[in-house]
This record gives sequence, structure tokens and C-alpha cells, in this order.
Amino acid sequence: MKILSDIAALLTGMWITWKHIFRRPVTIQYPEEKRTPYPRYRARIVLTRDPDGGERCVACQLCSASCPVDCITMQSAEGPDGRRYAEWFRINFARCIFCGLCAEACPTLAIQMTPDFEICTRDIMDLVYEKEDLLIDGCGKSPDYNFYRHAGIGVTQPRGSGAEEKPPVDVRGLLP
Amino acid sequence: MIYDPIDIALILVKIGLVFVVILTLAAYLVFAERKVLAWIQDRKGPNRAGPFGLLQPLADLIKLLTKEDFRPIGADKWLFYLAPAMAAIPAIMIFAVIPFGAPLTLFGHTVQMQVSDLNVGLLLFMALSSVAVYGVALGGWASNSKYALLGSIRGLAQLISYELSMGLSLVPVVMLARSFRLSDIVNAQSGCWFIVYQPLAFTIFLISIAAECKRIPFDLPEAEGELVAGYHTEYSGMRFGLFFVGEYINIIVLGGLAATFFLGGWHGPWLPPVIWFTLKVFSFAFLFIWMRGTMPRLRYDQLMHFGWKVLTPLALVNIVVTGWWLVLRG
Amino acid sequence: METYLFYILAVVTVIGTILAITEKHPVHAIVYLVTSFFSLATIFYLLAAPLVAMFEVIIYAGAVMVLFMFVIMMLDLGRSDEARRPELKQWILPIILAGIILTSIGTIATGYAAAPHASGSLTIRDFAETLFRKYGVAVELVSMQLLFAVVGALYLGRKAKS
Repeated sequence: MKILSDIAALLTGMWITWKHIFRRPVTIQYPEEKRTPYPRYRARIVLTRDPDGGERCVACQLCSASCPVDCITMQSAEGPDGRRYAEWFRINFARCIFCGLCAEACPTLAIQMTPDFEICTRDIMDLVYEKEDLLIDGCGKSPDYNFYRHAGIGVTQPRGSGAEEKPPVDVRGLLP
Repeated sequence: MIYDPIDIALILVKIGLVFVVILTLAAYLVFAERKVLAWIQDRKGPNRAGPFGLLQPLADLIKLLTKEDFRPIGADKWLFYLAPAMAAIPAIMIFAVIPFGAPLTLFGHTVQMQVSDLNVGLLLFMALSSVAVYGVALGGWASNSKYALLGSIRGLAQLISYELSMGLSLVPVVMLARSFRLSDIVNAQSGCWFIVYQPLAFTIFLISIAAECKRIPFDLPEAEGELVAGYHTEYSGMRFGLFFVGEYINIIVLGGLAATFFLGGWHGPWLPPVIWFTLKVFSFAFLFIWMRGTMPRLRYDQLMHFGWKVLTPLALVNIVVTGWWLVLRG
Repeated sequence: METYLFYILAVVTVIGTILAITEKHPVHAIVYLVTSFFSLATIFYLLAAPLVAMFEVIIYAGAVMVLFMFVIMMLDLGRSDEARRPELKQWILPIILAGIILTSIGTIATGYAAAPHASGSLTIRDFAETLFRKYGVAVELVSMQLLFAVVGALYLGRKAKS
């Protein structure tokens, strides 16, 4: 009888919802009760320093170029030793979608994502973070990495003197 | 006719009491629905306003009252303003004929626990529930919106279809009680509840009242997945609130009627009659909420098919069988 | 008190019906007509005929008018404000019919010195006995006629076989 199986189906559904009434809710009562996000959670963006304490950012604009919502801007400058740095660096968190593409694009691992997700404010202009707000006193996720030790700073440090760097090839010597 | 002032005062007190209690119950039924639905879905539900969220209805009321009273361009002004009242008032008027407790004796007067013991109480219920259709129909039509109009057309068709099976399922009750007076129907069940004699009529009535108060398997007039909010799409503020509360008053009233017709009204052992009645009403309300948490929505042709080709013929057969049974039993 | 109520309700009924006739918009006309049905039902109740009062509301206000409204909503009846009033020629027949009704009411009213006061409420049992014992054959005939109408409507509304 089809009608009996239909009624049985209805009652099965009712029984399942009845059991769920007494199940413990999965709700996390957010402001009182907070869950710890995983270390690789993508939230507030920071600018890290290398192990020597210098800024990692070389103002290469790759993060800005990769940003899908165009929330990163900066002005590049060059130090007296020929080392590039960002004169100012600005992230508009009101536009940021926390996709992590900037952190992926960064060649010096300067820009990194942190698990701190509670950055809402009353005034939207407070969400525009300047370099002072972004820069932290630490290396972030890869503490040993120092870009300049590998790449060198072209002008002051002669080519071929960096770590794991081979001496530059004399292109004329390669001619047949 | 000479009226006793104490009688008049008692009637007024009863009307006031019923009004306040029903409105409060309806507001808390909204809260209960949100809570139970949340439990069914493994959530906690509203718990911010007051202890356990018990002040949530008050917060909702303040929100609804302070919202803008919006009227869309091209809406039919007076009908748009009147329709929410047309939906809510018949629902609360039906409660006038429901006996919610055993008669009491106060100041030497016998007080019926019922606002008005009409000799056509059951018919008054049928009349008012058929009139409640106008709120849905005119509200949707006057909004000058496609979704609202579709919702109200669906509502119209659904309500008149299921009113038929609802009315027919009550005929056996009248045949058994031999009266249209609701207090007589309750007293006829002092020995055995009518659900024992009439399980089929009870089932038909239950399904029909679920359709009458537009609850979930039959919530096509306000199907939020298809029609935004159906006939009250364009309403805001307290006018929407009136539609909303009217629906929950309807649940309470129809639950009370189901208890009166099939579950013996206020009859029950050990507990006081009013408590028994309240328990029965609440169990119907809980059943509706539970059904909402479980079932999907019917398709429109399924709804009409079920109403006209299944419920109505079944109710007619049930009437004939009950009639034969009564005649043969003598 | 019943007398005052009767006069108030009578005024509501008459005004509602007149507005239902003169209103150009079909939905508004339905609302006026339903209002007049309601006051008519209450008048029936005052005349100690509660059953008739309830049937007035259930059948006329609750079913017939709802179906009218359903049809009006389903079919777009065009712009109602462009509808024109009927010409003088078309008023003649209704006026004659109304005259006949008014004259007959007048003759009946002058025939009775005072309206017979209803003694107590008419019970449903009396009503049913009168309807199904005394006029049982007529009721059966009328119901057969309704059945024919239903069958006819089904025949007309069936899907054409392709």
C-alpha cells in the first residue's frame, strides 16, 4: 500500500526532528564564547620584518597588482644603501575581502595574513590601515627567511656575494 | 429585555481577559516557534532579550511599532490599510464561542467560561473563518504587486478549498453531539472523546486547519522561496505585524477548536479544566511548529488535488458511514 | 435597544447595497456588498433566525463573493475608471421591476397592523424538520438541479481531446 509507506515516511521525518529537539545545540555564543581560529586563518593583514629587524617589504607592487578589489596602495622609495622600501603603505580593510592573494604574491614574505578577525569599528575610516598600523615587530610565519640574504641589494652589495648565490656569469665568456 | 449589571460586567471582564490572554499567547507563540525550530535545527534560538530571551516578543513589538508604515505606489489606499485588520479580527472573534473551562459560580451567578454560548457556535466559526479570507485576498490585491497578487490568489483558492473539507469533517461531530452549540459538544464528550469515534474526521480536520492557518506543508500563499512573502510582501511595521499575529491567533483558535470538537474540550482527569484546555491547545500549537520543522512545501497542483480529490470525498464518505452507524445503533 | 440596532444595521445595509451598485471598481463593489451582507446577517440574528444569519455569512459573504473576487483577480477586467454609466434606456426595465417589488412590499406592510413578534429563537431542529420533512421533495429537486449544473460545468470545462 502506497499510502501506508507515505505515512511511514512522514512519521520517520517527524521522529528525526523530534530527536534533534533534545540534541545539544552547535551554536557558539560568539561575543562571550570565542573559538580560536587555525593559524593559517585568513584575516587581518600585517607587514612583517626580517630576522635582523629590517622591513621585509620592498615596495614591488605585486600585492597591489594581485589584489582583486584594489585595496592596497603604496609609494616605493630607495634607501641610501640602494635598498627599496615603502614610503607609505596603505590597506583599506573596508574593501579587503581577505582572499590572501597578496600574501601569495609577495616575493619577500612581507605581507602575511593573521587569524585576528575582530577588526570592525563604528567609523569606516578607521578601517584604512597605514604602514604604522600594519608593521609588526616580528617575522610572522617564516622566522628565518631574509630576502636580501638570498637576493642581495644590487648596488651596495656586489653580485654573487649573497647566501646560496653563484658568482655572476660573464656573458661574453659564454660566446663560442 | 432587562440586563443584570453584574452579568454585563462579567461579560466585559471575560472579553477583556480573553483579548489580553490571546494576544499575549500569540506573541509568545511566535517566540516558542522560533525556539522550537531552533532546537530542531540544533541551534539555540533567540536568547538575548531578557532571561532565556523571554522578552523577545516585547522587542519585536517595539521594532514593529517604530518601523515606517510604508505604502507602495499605486496601492489601493483604504483596502491596503484595512486588510491586516480583516485578517486578524475574525481570527480573534472565533474565540468568543470556544468554551475554555467548566462553568464557575461567582457572586451567585453561574459564569460560563466562554464569552458567548451561541446556539450556532460551530456555524459562527465556519462563517468567520470563511470571512478571514478577505484579509488575505484584499491585502494581496491592494498592494499593487505581482508577488502579493499571486500569493493572495493562491491563498483564496487554498482557503476556500480546505474550508469545504473542514466543514464536512465537522458534520459527524454535530451528528454525534446533536447540537451546534459548542458547550453541548464539549459536554457530549464528558464520557468518551470524539476522536475515538471519529479518527478519520479528526485527521481531515487537522490537515484542513493546517491549511486554514497557512502552516508549512500548505504555506503556498506566503511561500518565501517563490513569492518573497506572498500576500504580505508589501506590508511593513505593525500592519505586517497584524498579519503575522493574526496567523498565530489563528493557530491558537483552531487548536482550541480541534480540542473542543475532538479532544473533549476542557474535560480531563485530575487537573483543573482551564489547565486541560490550555494543554490541549499548546499540544496542537507544538504539533504545527513540529510539522513546520519537518515537512517541505507542497506543490500547488498537489495541494488542490489533495484537497478536492482526497479530503473532500473522504469527509463525505465519513458522513455517510457515521449516519448509517447512528441510524443502525438507534 | 434591538430597535436602535435594527435601524443602524438597516441604514448600513441600504447604503452598502447602493454603493455596491454605483461603485465602478469591481473589488470595491464586492467589499461594499460584503458589508451589507454582514449587517443583513445581523438583522436576521436580531429577528431570531441565527441559522439564516450564519448561512448568509457562510454562503454569500464567505463563498459566493470570494469566488467573484477570485474571478476578478484572475481575469484582468480592464480599466474600471473608463467604464461608463448605463444609458437611460437601460434603466427602464430595472425601474419597472423595482416598482413591482416595492408595491408588493407596500401591500404586505399595510396589510399587517403590527409585525408579528417572534417568540423565542428558531432552533436548528425546527429548521431542519421544516426543510427536510415538509419541503423535502423540493430540496431534493434543487439539489438534483445543482448536481446537473456541476456535471454540465465539468463537461464544458473538460480538456479538448487532441
